[in-house]
Amino acid sequence: MATLEIDRVRKTYGSMEVLKEVSISIGDGDFLVLLGPSGCGKSTLLNMIAGLESITSGEVRIAGDVVNDLPPKDRDIAMVFQSYALYPTMTVRQNIEFGMKIRGIAPEARAKATQAAAEMLQMGHLLDRRPSQLSGGQRQRVAMGRAVVREPKLFLFDEPLSNLDAKLRVDMRTEIKRLHQRLGTTIVYVTHDQIEAMTLATRIAVMKDGNVQQFGPPQEVYDRPANTYVARFVGSPAMNIIPGRLVRTGQEAAVEFSGSNGVARIDGITVSAETAQAYDGKAVLVGIRPEHFSLEKHAGPGLPVQIDVVEPTGADTLAVFQLGGVEVISRLEPFAVSSGEAVTLAVKTDKVVLFDATSETRLG
Amino acid sequence: MPRPIPLSERFANWLPRLVLTPSLLIVLVAVYLFIAWTGWISLSSSKIVPKYDFVGLEQYFRLWSTPRWHTAVANLFIFSTLFLGVTTGLGLLMAILLDQKIRAEGALRTIFLYPMALSFIVTGTAWKWILNPALGVQKMVNDMGWTSFVFDWIAQPTFAIYCVVIAAVWQSTGFAMAIFLAGLRGIDNSVIKAAQIEGAGLPRIYRSIIVPMLRPAFLSVIVLLSYVAIKSFDLILALTGTGPGSATEMPSTFMYSATFRRDQMGVGAASAMMMLMTVAAIIVPYLYSELKENRDGH
Amino acid sequence: MATNATSLRRQRLIGRTVIYGALLFMAAFYLMPLWVMIITSIKPLDEIYAGSFIGLPKHITFEAWRSAWSEACNGTACMGLKPYFVNSILLTIPAVLLSTSIGAINGYVITKWRFPGSNVIFGLLLFGCFLPFQAVILPMAQTLGFLGLAGTLPGLILVHTVYGIAFTTLFFRNYFIGIPDELVKAAQIDGAGFIRIFVSIMLPTALPIIVVSCIWQFTQIWNDFLFGASFTAGENAPITVALNNIVNVSMGRKQYNVDMAAAMIAALPTLIVYVVAGRYFVRGLTAGAVKG
Repeated sequence: MATLEIDRVRKTYGSMEVLKEVSISIGDGDFLVLLGPSGCGKSTLLNMIAGLESITSGEVRIAGDVVNDLPPKDRDIAMVFQSYALYPTMTVRQNIEFGMKIRGIAPEARAKATQAAAEMLQMGHLLDRRPSQLSGGQRQRVAMGRAVVREPKLFLFDEPLSNLDAKLRVDMRTEIKRLHQRLGTTIVYVTHDQIEAMTLATRIAVMKDGNVQQFGPPQEVYDRPANTYVARFVGSPAMNIIPGRLVRTGQEAAVEFSGSNGVARIDGITVSAETAQAYDGKAVLVGIRPEHFSLEKHAGPGLPVQIDVVEPTGADTLAVFQLGGVEVISRLEPFAVSSGEAVTLAVKTDKVVLFDATSETRLG
Repeated sequence: MPRPIPLSERFANWLPRLVLTPSLLIVLVAVYLFIAWTGWISLSSSKIVPKYDFVGLEQYFRLWSTPRWHTAVANLFIFSTLFLGVTTGLGLLMAILLDQKIRAEGALRTIFLYPMALSFIVTGTAWKWILNPALGVQKMVNDMGWTSFVFDWIAQPTFAIYCVVIAAVWQSTGFAMAIFLAGLRGIDNSVIKAAQIEGAGLPRIYRSIIVPMLRPAFLSVIVLLSYVAIKSFDLILALTGTGPGSATEMPSTFMYSATFRRDQMGVGAASAMMMLMTVAAIIVPYLYSELKENRDGH
Repeated sequence: MATNATSLRRQRLIGRTVIYGALLFMAAFYLMPLWVMIITSIKPLDEIYAGSFIGLPKHITFEAWRSAWSEACNGTACMGLKPYFVNSILLTIPAVLLSTSIGAINGYVITKWRFPGSNVIFGLLLFGCFLPFQAVILPMAQTLGFLGLAGTLPGLILVHTVYGIAFTTLFFRNYFIGIPDELVKAAQIDGAGFIRIFVSIMLPTALPIIVVSCIWQFTQIWNDFLFGASFTAGENAPITVALNNIVNVSMGRKQYNVDMAAAMIAALPTLIVYVVAGRYFVRGLTAGAVKG
């Protein structure tokens, strides 16, 4: 049972507070991704879980045991670093066996474990090479092999794919996912890449400036972001945040945008009664993801817009237009529109998210 | 139709070469021509003045049958082995200790390195005084009560060379330390963290991971210290004057006295060529591997 | 859990004590000779013969320093170190300036105006840094004789400059190679020529390495003995030669305090340079360890 509980953990360097009371709890077998830009504190938190940095206050519990005062080697963890951190003067085999040797495991058992890891990660033919003779992806596999043979309670990954080129990154991502499915070990994974977070995680913690902005399963973070920061961070192209005005319409609401052609309007948005009452007639921020626009025939007036720029990606066409005073990106069928064209767009109203105009948090 | 190159541009193209060439020529002459010149003299019958005849390897035979030269070569061997071993080991130890986030690191580094700023003559003079049996360490220990303590190595033919080792180690350890420290600082920190997570203690990390990664530093240190050892001339003259007798004679001092004092120019030249060949045997492969690695590595 | 934390802390404390202890012990060993030189040079002669070489002086006198500076005998004259100190200054400063300047230009040409064979030339120069000087002093003595410079200070300046060029070129080459070639190309497109690029682009950024080169050369040339002993004599000798003569001349009771004072005088210039600009000294050392 390797649950991980981060309980009101804080980290200060002198007078600088790097992590401000973070509390996250995941269960056995979960894949937690700490997602955020550089400097948000995600790597610091990972190092504190690993025992490479001290904990200023709060507790970290692995499988129920408080590990605050335990050195890294006693926490039963394994870590994969961004720079792979392979021992350069040892062969791949020696790299993998190093930890086992220290723990006093017999040579036959070591060889067996190494062989199993090599097979799982398809690097049996690399065992007698030195790290300098390997490519980036191969080195990454060795780093993972070294972690796997430890059979830890917790795997820690610190931006392991950042040093790889785009294509390799996709391949290795799948490897890591496959590893998780096979071994079922609890994983904590740090990255700034939201695609990695979405594809790999069972739980995402979006971080900014030492705070957790949102913690939840990927689809929830995607569909119902807690604030505009999370909304813009996850998803590519980013969610459009359009200033508008809420209008109560019976049990539902509508939003109005002022544009160059007068007022545009989207009806049929579901909100709670409190929100509809509190924000009637007030300014709100409207979040609509690019893929939730379409050219389908739709009941209702639709959104008349003037297409500005068109960017074909092969799989779709990104059409850019102005609405509510900001630039909006929509994702449409290839060659559906051309630049300068005036079209009417439909919006998936059940996917629209509303945010308070000042606090930028999501409205219910 | 390629355009004709104007004279001014042609001149500009050649300017770099023109600027480089004079000093280059002078240096090449002063190094390689002179080496060849010394070589010729070593193959001649020169005694007091150079004579440009050719007598084959006669001077070399004479050199190798001189007992004094045997002493010099043996001394070089003993000295180099001890000097290299102790300086490298001590330098590495110092670098490792200083790498442990020491508070007075800057001050300590300054203290360990200052001997390199001194002339070997100054070093020799100071240590001659310290190792003086009548007035130095021996006397001090005797005065403290241990009257049977003897430390007169500097006056003993068999032990005098070790005094040279002590003084040379004192002067050069800082250098080895500086190079090792630079090497240690260049090691990727995450490798150390990975080893800590795997449960390795600090001594184990140093032994199995860090020290093997310092191989290039070791190479630099050993090569450069060897060069210093072969060249060492000032230190011996100041510390022991090649004495007692000729007990601390080394190839460098032998060459000097043969050429300028004992009117044996041919033999002196031969000894100089022997020194050169030894240095070349160490330095040339080292330089070659360094330059090659940089061409490939970049 | 609590006991783990305290025993960890105690282990750490013991470890730190051992480390600091070892370092302090070694520091004492390295400072000892300097200490001995200083206190011996300010002791009266009787105390030296009577007391311990490492003990503090009972009476302090600077008589030995005065004597070393203006009276000490070196076998041929009793003028102290002063004239030879001046010699060394007259020798070192021109040689440092000349070798540094030439090295700067050479480094510039080798890295920014590459021509076929420039790598070979660099290799040849590099070996020149490791030349055991015994291999060339004979021919050099002959050459200086031909040029009428035998036994003179200008001759010694020439020798030090020539052999210094190998080192200074190495320093500047290693430094300039880190300056992007694109800078030179951009300047060329703007119309700058060879000299203008050197003066306006390379030199302004080269201050650190100029300091390194000067400090390194100063130390090497001031501390040199072999060239000084081989190519000058008597009143033209540099201070290292004079020091060696003074110390090895024994007439009557050996004046150890004068010897130490003389050694200190000879050592002070390079020591002061080291203390003031030590970090450049270290850069010179590690640059010389060839990481090309």
